[in-house]
Amino acid sequence: MLKGTRVFLVAMSIIFIALGIFQGEVQQVFVKATLVCLECIGIG
Amino acid sequence: MGNAYIKGFIENRIYTGKLKKICFPGLNCYSCPGALGSCPIGSFQAVALDIRYKFSFYIAGFLLLIGVTLGRLICGWVCPFGFIQDLLYKIPGIKIKIHKVFNYFKYVVLILFVIILPVFLVDEFGTGAPYFCKLICPAGTLEAGLPLGLINPDLREGLGLLFKWKVAVLVLVIVLSILSKRPFCRVICPLGAIYSLFNRISFYQMSVDIGKCTKCGICTQNCPVDHAVYEKPNSKECIRCGGCKSKCPNKAVESGFKSYKTNKIPEKKAEDTNF
Repeated sequence: MLKGTRVFLVAMSIIFIALGIFQGEVQQVFVKATLVCLECIGIG
Repeated sequence: MGNAYIKGFIENRIYTGKLKKICFPGLNCYSCPGALGSCPIGSFQAVALDIRYKFSFYIAGFLLLIGVTLGRLICGWVCPFGFIQDLLYKIPGIKIKIHKVFNYFKYVVLILFVIILPVFLVDEFGTGAPYFCKLICPAGTLEAGLPLGLINPDLREGLGLLFKWKVAVLVLVIVLSILSKRPFCRVICPLGAIYSLFNRISFYQMSVDIGKCTKCGICTQNCPVDHAVYEKPNSKECIRCGGCKSKCPNKAVESGFKSYKTNKIPEKKAEDTNF
């Protein structure tokens, strides 16, 4: 049961990551991460 | 150290290379000049804020993968902010214990400030904000706000009331970290809240040999989150630092990726066995 849950969750995580990459989320993360995040530092 | 970009501090700028497409699994700030990877909590909010997505499958999948593999092992071994709290607690003085009821607050922070508010609390243009980063995250203030404010005069001019609020939060967390063990990890951290949900089912497991354990309590005394590992080895609060394992005089605590059998599967048993 536990083994099955783990395998299911790993499969789901891979599907989620693939879906995110396919949707272009990586670029969104990259753009946000390579500019200074004004909210994070207390300006925005 | 796994996320260290020393050159950023020397050159007075943040890293902008391709590694920023990948998240570093511990809580950090991607605007820290020393960060190579992105923060999963910041990235999750950044994607959710975009009207095209509203939810980040990329980050959710990443957190799921780390969680099901390691559980909170990241909190105990990788998180830079956890390490800072451990150092602060070494400062001698009055020490206080955090009541267990406060442990649930981190789930409120996760649901409210990371998932709900960034999507639903929007301005007239439909734009939200990464509310956890903006209003709470002391890692952002310490690792990005303060260093960038110090070295960049243009940014320094823009620091106002919000920055003062964030510094106040940081000071509070620092004071509480001197007084008690890892208060941010236990009470506030939304990333720890996510990983904690996987502690019981992750591939990496903790175990206590009930034949060897004498319930002496040395493990709890040395635990950075005041957890009695013999009561519930894979509790949501355990950060899997291994402190109990190394300090146990009877070597009753084990951990790893193997399946524990017979008297070494005390997860349910230990709860029932009135230790």
